[in-house]
Amino acid sequence: MSLLSVEDLHVYYGSIHAIKGVSFEVNENEIVTLIGANGAGKSTTLNTVAGLLKPRTGTVTFQGQNIVGVPAHKILSHGLAMCPEGRRVFTQLTVEENLEMGGYTRTNDEVQETLQVVYERFPRLKERYKQVAGTLSGGEQQMLAMGRALMSRPKLLMLDEPSMGLAPILVDQIFEIIKTLHEAGTTILLVEQNAQMALSVADRAYVLETGKISMTGNARELLADERVRKAYLGG
Amino acid sequence: MNLLANLINGLSLGAVYAIIALGYTMVYGIAKMLNFAHGDVIMVGGYVCFCTMSYLHMPAPAGVLFAVIVCTVLGIVIEKLAYKPLRQATSLAVLITAIGVSYFLQNAALLIWKSDPKVFTSVVNIPAIRLFDGQLVISGVTVATIASSVIIMIALTIFTGKTKVGKAMRAVSEDKGAAQLMGINVNSTISVTFAIGSGLAAIAGVLLCSAYPTLMPTTGSMPGIKAFTAAVFGGIGSIPGAMLGGLLLGVIEIFAKAYISTQLSDAIVFAVLIIVLLIKPTGLLGKAIHEKV
Repeated sequence: MSLLSVEDLHVYYGSIHAIKGVSFEVNENEIVTLIGANGAGKSTTLNTVAGLLKPRTGTVTFQGQNIVGVPAHKILSHGLAMCPEGRRVFTQLTVEENLEMGGYTRTNDEVQETLQVVYERFPRLKERYKQVAGTLSGGEQQMLAMGRALMSRPKLLMLDEPSMGLAPILVDQIFEIIKTLHEAGTTILLVEQNAQMALSVADRAYVLETGKISMTGNARELLADERVRKAYLGG
Repeated sequence: MNLLANLINGLSLGAVYAIIALGYTMVYGIAKMLNFAHGDVIMVGGYVCFCTMSYLHMPAPAGVLFAVIVCTVLGIVIEKLAYKPLRQATSLAVLITAIGVSYFLQNAALLIWKSDPKVFTSVVNIPAIRLFDGQLVISGVTVATIASSVIIMIALTIFTGKTKVGKAMRAVSEDKGAAQLMGINVNSTISVTFAIGSGLAAIAGVLLCSAYPTLMPTTGSMPGIKAFTAAVFGGIGSIPGAMLGGLLLGVIEIFAKAYISTQLSDAIVFAVLIIVLLIKPTGLLGKAIHEKV
């Protein structure tokens, strides 16, 4: 059975039909990526899974449990964490306070323990633990946002556009981190506009086009696919 | 000596403004709304304390305690009934609702306690302090007011800086969506904020009535507006700002009364506010953090 399975999801913004029957699944220990152009509905899909948006119809099943209608703040305790688009770190809180917020649903001891794990993975955050997050660079904020999402020790980590607005060298770094996280056993659902990078780390991929899945398959095969190359990889 | 006496009086009045302003600023920080009914919660606090002491003949601490309990509950109820349904509405709708709640509280008080002023018995029994051979007398109420505001300020700083709920409050005030993704219940965080703000309003009400012992259904409105001004003055959303704004406003008001004109004191207070906002639109301690992207 898959860890996350989304079936026939329909999401509206007012009268705009943004997601038109999207279905996909994520199995344990996979990296699955949703790629697609700006406005295709990638972030909307993730936000719906995370409980920030309510679908009109469709089911989101996580570990065999339907989580549609579960309020966003309770989704996390099911083992589903999201690192949102644009990072959205708490700029006026310190690095460590941000991480503590990530572990909000856990006990103090668990937070302290996970804090060490996160600091080991992101030494830069440890160096700056007392600094206010708003003063970090874009790359550091992305690391903080990812570290914060890991604080809850999620079974599934959803990353929304982690490479957005970052210099190429930082993009490489972020994707290195994604690979390491995966090797350490975290299941990842990755939404990316940078299709090249996303497909090179993912196991499987779904291509989203104007609210519908237009293609799906093995990431390596999609990377070689003529249509994908044309549409998303610049020929 | 006169100057010192005026300064102390100003600080005392300012301390009351500061305690009320804390409620305004915390609620604004979290719910991004101006709760104009906040001033009237002060009045309710005053009446509850008055009734406990004068009708039930209970001692002052019981009066203060009841006032805090009733106002805390009242704050939570007002938020649940009046503001929560408007979470997605425009800020203008929320503002008008808040003004409506303010009138509702005033008129409910008029119905229950009638319009004739009640004479409030001070809850403070500590003796006045005499300094410089009796040339400078600081009343017990003044001492209690300034001491309470300092204690409240320290407690709130520790609460928002060190405790889990306090940090969550700051997280919610910055980004509700991201806070929810952390597992923080935004609705209950807003409730806690209203509870704290209203509990503080009760304390301010009791202190205010102890210093100026006339209690009417409109007692809370002017201090409420002044405290709102203080919150804006210090930088709305900022806790130290509310404290500083309140104290400064009190001192300016008393100095204007003492040295310029009693009638013009309020005009002078608001003129100073306008000048500060012209020079620094975010208020004295308003946040303008530079964010790298």
